[in-house]
Amino acid sequence: MPYLNRRRFLTVAGLPVVFAARLPAGIGLLGLETEDPLPGKHPDLTILNDRPVNAETPPHLLDQRITGADRLFVRNNGIAPASPPADPSAWELRIAGEAVPEPVVFTLAELKQRFEHHTYQLTLECGGNGRKEFSPPASGNQWSTGAVGCPEWTGVRLRDVLEAANFDRKKAVYVGYYGRDTHLSGDPDKVVISRGVPIAKALEDETLIAWNMNGQPLPHLNGYPLRLLASGYPASVSGKWLSEIAVRDRVHDGEKMGGASYRVPCKPVAPGAEVDDEDMCIIEEMPVKSLLTSPKTGAILSDTKTLPIAGHAWCGSGAVSKVDYSIDFGSTWQACALTKPANRYAWQHFSAQIEFPQEGYYEIWARATDDQGRAQPMVLPNWNPRGYLNNACHRIAIKVV
Amino acid sequence: MRSLRHFLLLLFLVVVLVQACSTDEAPSAPPPRRENIVDGLDSLTGLIAQGDYRLVKGNCLACHSAKLITQNRATREGWLDMIHWMQETQGLPDLGKNEGPIVDYLATYYAPEETGRRPPLDSVEWYILSAAGGQSSAER
Repeated sequence: MPYLNRRRFLTVAGLPVVFAARLPAGIGLLGLETEDPLPGKHPDLTILNDRPVNAETPPHLLDQRITGADRLFVRNNGIAPASPPADPSAWELRIAGEAVPEPVVFTLAELKQRFEHHTYQLTLECGGNGRKEFSPPASGNQWSTGAVGCPEWTGVRLRDVLEAANFDRKKAVYVGYYGRDTHLSGDPDKVVISRGVPIAKALEDETLIAWNMNGQPLPHLNGYPLRLLASGYPASVSGKWLSEIAVRDRVHDGEKMGGASYRVPCKPVAPGAEVDDEDMCIIEEMPVKSLLTSPKTGAILSDTKTLPIAGHAWCGSGAVSKVDYSIDFGSTWQACALTKPANRYAWQHFSAQIEFPQEGYYEIWARATDDQGRAQPMVLPNWNPRGYLNNACHRIAIKVV
Repeated sequence: MRSLRHFLLLLFLVVVLVQACSTDEAPSAPPPRRENIVDGLDSLTGLIAQGDYRLVKGNCLACHSAKLITQNRATREGWLDMIHWMQETQGLPDLGKNEGPIVDYLATYYAPEETGRRPPLDSVEWYILSAAGGQSSAER
């Protein structure tokens, strides 16, 4: 698959545009797609798809402990609202559904004014992160490792807002979200995506209705001005451009809750098997995983045999209890230093110092284990039709010369 | 006002350049947004420019990017499943007599490759990493 780099020069028919520097901001050349498809994002993100916009972050750009807003991946199912709202404080969130006596509407200003603010560092990972490796191939955006990040989010607890709407605890089974993105077909009546979480997950302390990322308003592509965050589940439950939350008396049946979308076979199947819809189960907690973010893969060590490595590890529930590395294809493992999470659902940081025994080609493999003893596999985990939940260990290539 | 004038001048230049290129018998560079084949790929979409690729351009790209096709691999059945999913849930109309040729094209040029339980590390870009921490690109 060719690597698409966003760095480019303004050229027309191969010739430089003489007055490009004087082109007013926001004005594109007629008939040419010079408009940045990823406004506000790092130029080295890899674009997988431009309609809808999907882009992932190379591992070395995720080295920061708190992921910068310009480095968080973009996974959009539809088209983001064409323009940000003129007055974000008037943005409306409706709370409705069978388990709410009367629909209630809060403006963003009211949410900010009425409820206690909370800030958590929360990992977001697309359920399809790692899909690229599945064999037989699984359809969809071919994410490699970069559909993950862990910024700091500020907002109010979903629980506080649902309580203010007097939701019925006995009736409530699930919450489902609706957002203001539009369907690719242009049909205004078609819902792009409407997923959600069981009520117990919705009521957790860390489940937020958030307006800030790293102390700044959300990037437009990541849901400005308001989104849901239920970390530990596939990121598709964390709806963007949030306009409504339905408190359901049944498992939410919105768009992309059924079929093969964000669902895997309830019982393990052989690679390539056909699976009926009724034998598929909704993905909930994401499995334990880790990413080597330093050094960037491809390092050649010419004047040393010592190499410091670093990265992050996370899981969908509980915490990561250890991270090990191997330089001999998993034959032997050495322990990494591992930090505690900043809060539940924040990724943890690992580091180690490797001494290579001799010159040659090496692969560094990292393997995280959660507090229930579940470790990352070395090979692809259970095959599933849409290629979700690949948590096979991350590998980077090194040469010592 | 000055920037507007520059913009209009720029537009004029673009129009002149495009016309100059398109009337040239042997253009040194292709005119933008006109169908062209570069390294076997359709320059506008990146699709492999063989077989019935124009049917794919005409029927698939009204809704989604060609990148959704070019990054995927599947068997004939797999591509047909995706088309049926788009028809059932995403509003894609019946493709009629074009369905067969479209699926044939996809299954021929975007067929799965056997990579087993774990593909080897690929596309590694090698660079020198010095002990002092500096990095530089290197061809190896």
